[in-house]
Amino acid sequence: MTMELWLEQEEEADRETFEMTFMIPIENGHGVKNAEADSQRTLYPYVTGTSVVAIKYKDGILMASDMGGSYGSTLRYKNIERMKAIGKHSLLGASGEISDFQEILRYLDELMLNDNMWDDGNSLGPKEVHNYLTRVMYNRRNKFNPLWNTLVLGGVKNGEKYLGMVSMIGVSFEDNHVATGFGNHLARPILRDEWREDLSFEEGVKLLEKCMRVLLYRDRSAINKLQIAKMTEEGVTVSEPYSLKTFWDFKAFTNPTVGAEGSW
Amino acid sequence: MSQSTVDVPPKGGFSFDLCKRNDMLTQKGLKAPSFLKTGTTIVGLIFKDGVILGADTRATEGPIVADKNCEKIHYMAPNIYCCGAGTAADTEAVTDMVSSQLRLHRYQTGRDSRVITALTLLKKHLFSYQGHVSAALVLGGVDITGPHLHTIYPHGSTDTLPFATMGSGSLAAMSVFEAKYKEGLTRDEGIKLVAESICSGIFNDLGSGSNVDICVITKGNKEYLRNYMEPNPRTYVSSKGYSFTKKTEVLLTKITPLLERVEITEVGEAMEE
Repeated sequence: MTMELWLEQEEEADRETFEMTFMIPIENGHGVKNAEADSQRTLYPYVTGTSVVAIKYKDGILMASDMGGSYGSTLRYKNIERMKAIGKHSLLGASGEISDFQEILRYLDELMLNDNMWDDGNSLGPKEVHNYLTRVMYNRRNKFNPLWNTLVLGGVKNGEKYLGMVSMIGVSFEDNHVATGFGNHLARPILRDEWREDLSFEEGVKLLEKCMRVLLYRDRSAINKLQIAKMTEEGVTVSEPYSLKTFWDFKAFTNPTVGAEGSW
Repeated sequence: MSQSTVDVPPKGGFSFDLCKRNDMLTQKGLKAPSFLKTGTTIVGLIFKDGVILGADTRATEGPIVADKNCEKIHYMAPNIYCCGAGTAADTEAVTDMVSSQLRLHRYQTGRDSRVITALTLLKKHLFSYQGHVSAALVLGGVDITGPHLHTIYPHGSTDTLPFATMGSGSLAAMSVFEAKYKEGLTRDEGIKLVAESICSGIFNDLGSGSNVDICVITKGNKEYLRNYMEPNPRTYVSSKGYSFTKKTEVLLTKITPLLERVEITEVGEAMEE
């Protein structure tokens, strides 16, 4: 490039460095606006839900999540439904910030309402809702103001099963089995090993319960009160809350230091 | 500097003298060399007659696989073995050191080593270095008091468990154990479960890979099954081997003899001073 252009760019770079180091704290108007803008952005999540696990099975989608909402390290809420039906064809499960999940439900409500008003006999299917959510999450992430959730979207439309996931930074994909949060580390290995194309309802529920039990043992924010949601061509059914049986009677747990006094 | 200061011999243990120099260098911008970590899956479980330990065989240096087939199950005593995760040098050094301490102790007492002896020696060492010796261990063995399985964390805390996993693949392996472990497993069931959980770590964790090593310890007997399973073989090997397209032509044959051997016979006076 020519000498003048290069010098100009050098000047530009220098000015930017100068501005970055000196201008911002001094220019009052600029500084105040920044502070206000910061207070509007999501910086950390407050009330969070833990993992959601979902699989495709013979007739549709099965999704499981527990009903806990943690406020930091306190188990504050024990009756939060983190899975909701969206229209006739989709089921949305969320982990992460609960208030952002409620906001997303409002957005989807509006979306579904507008779709109904067309009254054209067609209704938004899971693929469309998934795409909408991906756009929303990605756009919010680009404004550095994310909706702090990882969403699981499942559904059946015209016989086609669909299961996908969107994270808070806008990463989205679809797969035969998905999990959020800790479920990725604890449940996904089990599902990769044991998922099959033609699981029946009972087998699917057993598989999900296996995953949720491991999560209950090893995730500190999990509680023993879970719901399983079923999505088929006929519609969505969310089960009543129930709890899993756990086993704590290993000999080593009841008396760990027998023969090894001094350890614990 | 008065000449009368006595040179005190070093008391042994880690010398922290160079830490200040290292700090100064990092402040000046020197990047410290990265550690060879064994991003790992190591597991242990207690079955009917003893202990089964398992480990993967991948050693990583950041994003690169440094060793495709390393050994993570270390010998401590004829009846005690230890799997190590974390910094490879730390796990090697600490297990070697405690292994030799155990041997000396065996000579002194005339008895077989006990697992809690190894546990206490390791725990004391790791605690005194406040977590800087980055070794996370699964220690298992069968001694006169029965089978034992312990986990030891880098800061020096320990757990006594019926089944245990450590390393970056510990969650994947633990999910298999939590779902399938029962008390009173037979030897074959135990080996199958350990292999399954290591495979879960190998295929679901990026820091673990390659093959499965297993070590079965029972009363009076141990079996070290190196590369018990190799679920990651080279998929494509050319059947032709290396074949040169053109026939290699001999251009010139030249034999250059080496210099003749010279024997030196003079002896005696040369070294006298």
